[in-house]
Amino acid sequence: MSRTRLLAVTQRILRQLARDPRTVALILVAPVAVLWLVKLILTTGEYQPRVALLDTVPAPLHDHLRKGGARLSNLSAAEANAALARNEIDALVGFENGKPHLRVEGSDPMVTRATLRAFQGGAAPNGPLPIEVEYLHGSKAMGFFESFGPILLGFFVFLFTFLVTGLSFVRERTTGTLERMLATPLRRHEVVLGYMMGFSLLALVQATVIATVAVTLLNMMLAGRFVWLLAVVLLLALSALSLGMLLSAFAGSEFQMFQLVPLVAVPQIFFSGLLPLENLSAPLRVIGHLMPLTHGAHALRQVMLRGGGPADIGLDLGALAVFVAAFLILNVVALRKYRRL
Amino acid sequence: MVKPTIAVRGVSKSYGKKEVLRNVSLEVHPGHIVGLLGPSGAGKTTLVRLIAGSDEPDQGAVEVTGLRMPDLMALEHIGYMAQADALYLELSGRENMDFFGTLAGLTGRGLREGVDRAGSLVGLRDDLPRPVNQYSGGMKRRLSLAIALLHAPKVLLLDEPTVGIDPVLRLSIWDELWRYAATGASILLTTHVMDEAERCNRVALLRDGKILAHGSPADLKKETARPTLEGCFLYYGGVR
Repeated sequence: MSRTRLLAVTQRILRQLARDPRTVALILVAPVAVLWLVKLILTTGEYQPRVALLDTVPAPLHDHLRKGGARLSNLSAAEANAALARNEIDALVGFENGKPHLRVEGSDPMVTRATLRAFQGGAAPNGPLPIEVEYLHGSKAMGFFESFGPILLGFFVFLFTFLVTGLSFVRERTTGTLERMLATPLRRHEVVLGYMMGFSLLALVQATVIATVAVTLLNMMLAGRFVWLLAVVLLLALSALSLGMLLSAFAGSEFQMFQLVPLVAVPQIFFSGLLPLENLSAPLRVIGHLMPLTHGAHALRQVMLRGGGPADIGLDLGALAVFVAAFLILNVVALRKYRRL
Repeated sequence: MVKPTIAVRGVSKSYGKKEVLRNVSLEVHPGHIVGLLGPSGAGKTTLVRLIAGSDEPDQGAVEVTGLRMPDLMALEHIGYMAQADALYLELSGRENMDFFGTLAGLTGRGLREGVDRAGSLVGLRDDLPRPVNQYSGGMKRRLSLAIALLHAPKVLLLDEPTVGIDPVLRLSIWDELWRYAATGASILLTTHVMDEAERCNRVALLRDGKILAHGSPADLKKETARPTLEGCFLYYGGVR
């Protein structure tokens, strides 16, 4: 292997990146920015359901619902039903045969759940004894974003890195520079490794920036050590960039590269842990293990939420490393299209 | 007899069902410029790519400097300019040349001198610090040519080298190609401009993947009793 030629490829990638601030921004800023948006959306306060009370409802129930977080109004039965139909209120409460009767709008399960919570939430004076809850991981304050943030962080890193390297390599194919490189004594593996090294430096900066911002500015929970967080993000980014290069072989243009994004991204989201997979059949779960994000997201949750160290994430890191190695080798093979040697 | 630097022997190549080259043979000797003349779709680019080792023939063989292609040693002696300019637009002309020069095996002073020499040759020396995305189409073509010439290769493969270059500069580039061939290099270029073909030592007329005729422009004209190469082409193409 010629070190001069290998480094020439790396240096050229870095020079191109230096001239292309938009790409660098996409890799460094975009994941953090999108993550921040998600945080804003997910940590807005709990929804306060709009509930109309009929005259038949006794006064203690009013207080109960108000404590449970409902916005109350008093309407006649006809008015309330009309308002419910127009979706101006979320529920109406009546009183029949000595029991409260609840009619919900019901088209949005989140709203329905909030309504029911209001009904049960305002602790009744003669309710069950309060339980003292102890948390092994997380805390009472842990919300949706804290819990799924690590998965989203992994996903955005994967997505943007995949896109940038894939596009860069597609351009190399369509402009003819790849063919020109391979019309010199440059070896195929030198192309792949040179590319990998150039973008790895960017990935390292990316991992540092994103991990730092996630923990400091976004206040994401980090129970484990920062260095493990960095290691997972970096390996995940490397798997994304080697996969991006590989799949660019199947894209005839930049446009087709974009078409590959949903194909690569959507299934990985499903298997990343965002949706509960415990009930999935065994063969389907195997598919999940064939996806880098499954391992990356699992390792990120281990480190960030459960304070995991090498013993907990070793298998995931190993799997990611195998992905990277396999994608790189396949890349070298795929370049045979341009030169057999 | 001097051994040919480029030897194409009985080469056939198909892509899918389409036969692009059929039993093509061709030789280029040191000091010669050979022109591949033919309409688009005739197989010129495919033939050049086979010689550059970017693809391999289904039948027959291609040898460059006595080595059967593809061969990494032989690639050191090839300067290849494809139809696409194959440049990095974000980088300056000099950075493009530095990159491909390094891949071709140049370093340090050799690289600097090569860049300056090839840059002056195509009249781009003053524009080398500018990023290529500010270049005109003709300037990109010239930069691409300069990159092919950079490491002073024994074999020069040029696919449509003068497209988009103005007549004055085209003339000076042809002068340079002749001077370069005189140092013992072998040049194979494709063109569909007849008056360019006239300037070659030998011309191969290519159509539908077959070589219709092969010889010096003067011989071809004499043989067919036609005053121009265009006439020869029509003659061999069956229009008499």
